[in-house]
Amino acid sequence: MQKIRVVIAKPGLDGHDRGAKVIARALRDAGMEVIYTGLRQTPEQIVGAALQEDADVIGLSILSGAHMHICPRVMDLLKEKALDDVLVVIGGIIPDVDIPKLQAIGVRGIFLPGSPMQEIIDFINANVRPRAEAI
Amino acid sequence: MRSPRNGTGVDIISHMKTAAETARQRWEREVLEPALKKAPERSIPLTTISGRPIDRLYTKEDLPGFDYTRDLNDPGQFPYTRGIHPAGYRGRLWTMRQFAGFGTPEETNGRFKALLNAGGGGLSVAFDLPTLMGRDPDHELSLGEVGKCGVSIVSLADMERLFDGIALGDITTSMTINSPAPMIFAMYLAVAEKQGADWKQLSGTIQNDILKEFIAQKEYIYPPRQSMRLITDVFAFCSKEVPRWNTVSVSGYHIREAGSTSLQELAFTLRDGIEYVQYAIDAGLDVDDFAPRISFFFNSHSDFFEEIAKFRAARKLWAEIMRDRFGAKHERSCKLRFHTQTAGVSLTAQQPYNNVVRTALQALAAVLGGTQSLHTNSLDEALALPTAEAATLALRTQQIIAHESGVTNTVDPLGGSYFVERLTLDMERGAREYFDIIDRMGGMVEAIEQGFPQREIAEASYRFQQSVEARDKIIVGVNDFVQEDEKPIPILYIDDSTANRQLARLEALRTTRDNDKVRFALDALRETARGKGNTMYPLLDAVRAYATVGEMCDALRDVWGEYEETPLI
Repeated sequence: MQKIRVVIAKPGLDGHDRGAKVIARALRDAGMEVIYTGLRQTPEQIVGAALQEDADVIGLSILSGAHMHICPRVMDLLKEKALDDVLVVIGGIIPDVDIPKLQAIGVRGIFLPGSPMQEIIDFINANVRPRAEAI
Repeated sequence: MRSPRNGTGVDIISHMKTAAETARQRWEREVLEPALKKAPERSIPLTTISGRPIDRLYTKEDLPGFDYTRDLNDPGQFPYTRGIHPAGYRGRLWTMRQFAGFGTPEETNGRFKALLNAGGGGLSVAFDLPTLMGRDPDHELSLGEVGKCGVSIVSLADMERLFDGIALGDITTSMTINSPAPMIFAMYLAVAEKQGADWKQLSGTIQNDILKEFIAQKEYIYPPRQSMRLITDVFAFCSKEVPRWNTVSVSGYHIREAGSTSLQELAFTLRDGIEYVQYAIDAGLDVDDFAPRISFFFNSHSDFFEEIAKFRAARKLWAEIMRDRFGAKHERSCKLRFHTQTAGVSLTAQQPYNNVVRTALQALAAVLGGTQSLHTNSLDEALALPTAEAATLALRTQQIIAHESGVTNTVDPLGGSYFVERLTLDMERGAREYFDIIDRMGGMVEAIEQGFPQREIAEASYRFQQSVEARDKIIVGVNDFVQEDEKPIPILYIDDSTANRQLARLEALRTTRDNDKVRFALDALRETARGKGNTMYPLLDAVRAYATVGEMCDALRDVWGEYEETPLI
């Protein structure tokens, strides 16, 4: 089996990266291939990284409240690049009212502060696109 | 030592054994062991929240060679372990300083006035991310960020709106601003000037702590050495022009929020303090001219005694550092004054009302640790910026501690506790070990360039998360005592009207101000940055000409470039 490839990204101006780094390590320890983009990535850079890295999953960490601007842009760009089978999950401070809106544009997993790492790992394993077996 | 007389050999051995056994060992053998046989201890690892093993019991045997005068001394006496004021809180209570800021300057101005009316003692400004990162609202990275995490300040005009109807000469203001600290401080001074307040009488704090940005919060703009130059410029400017202003608030708060242990927070923060003092001395300043204006900012997390020990150890360490390492002569240079904020990172989105209780305990630890000012977080901060009701409840929490609990009636009430004193000494020793490592690297700037504190924190943060996952650490409502179908609580929702308003204002500003004057001021700023002059003076001119935060920061980006970190996981 090929490893699941995950791009973890911190979009926007925020530098609070504890959550992004902790989850990056947890996914790596769970056997996934993790690429952490570092801070202050534009949606274009994130989708570019996903394309280049042949990512199965994009994990966005947003705590600043900018998610309703960043997520739609990421989803549009993914469609444009025909990457809409990439599983997009978000972790951060997300008000309840925004959760259905994010789900409606195709963000599949939404994880609030306090979410167990195992729950995120299980979610990715259950929802990621099947990968072709290496020949 | 008793000498055996007329006894048998067996008696002699038995006597010697008793004498060699300490009082605690005897207690363990005679009292504890039978009790444990009946009811064993819980099997989870009994450590502090930072993972420090904790013994079952502390007695005077844990404090060998403890010296009251050297290790504690009376309050107000070097090394100030028991506090910097002889009368503790019997004289003045701590300042209840609630951090606030959101949306437009007018909205935050309203919140400020409400907090002052509710009995808050001073202001504390939270800026939005574009302001913190030196970007105007029309920059591509500002998308969706304007007014979200704090108030949006673009130019002097916004600063005038923020403090409209608030006399800057009569209050103290703390501003959480780092990379663009000199720009925002210049704006504050320009507002004070317009209000007719005397700069010499102004009092307050700018955070201005860039080292912890590289270490933890990551709101840096320029490379470390140029950033240090800006800070030294503020020190020199204030010692002449605004002598009562706290020029830096050396912050452990963000280090802790990034997942450090309590000890790492203490060690890295004080080592940052050492770095600022050393750079200022190297720039030709006299230590006693600027050291009294250095203040500190710590986190108060959930492990009650570990936090109290941290605050007490911080005072002792700083006093000894200033006297022994830097040869400070004035008492005021040796007194560590600090602000505390309860731990945002400890708040949970689940069962948010539990956060009130967490915050109350953390606030109590800060008070027992002798804080000079305190911010208590609101119950809804794992979900959004606080509503007015939640912010008021957070302030009330402090008022209950201050006026109902009785803990303010005596100075350092935990002084002399075997456990607290042992923890305090261990904190001190652990911090000194970190100082040695960082000194050997050449200093904190070098340690940061090598990624040392960043790695230490990432490790600690991951270890903590693993212990939560393994349920070695219980977080009520998260990994135990979980409640299904919780009811949502009301939260503050910031829409896009702020961004639209600030964008429109920015456009209008650029057409109404004297743009030649702005260009001239920004050129002068670049020129000063290339040379050795103090950047505060050209910044004040640029501010008075209504240059924006983004324009001023860009002018320095032109000269110094931007810092980019190598991401570590």
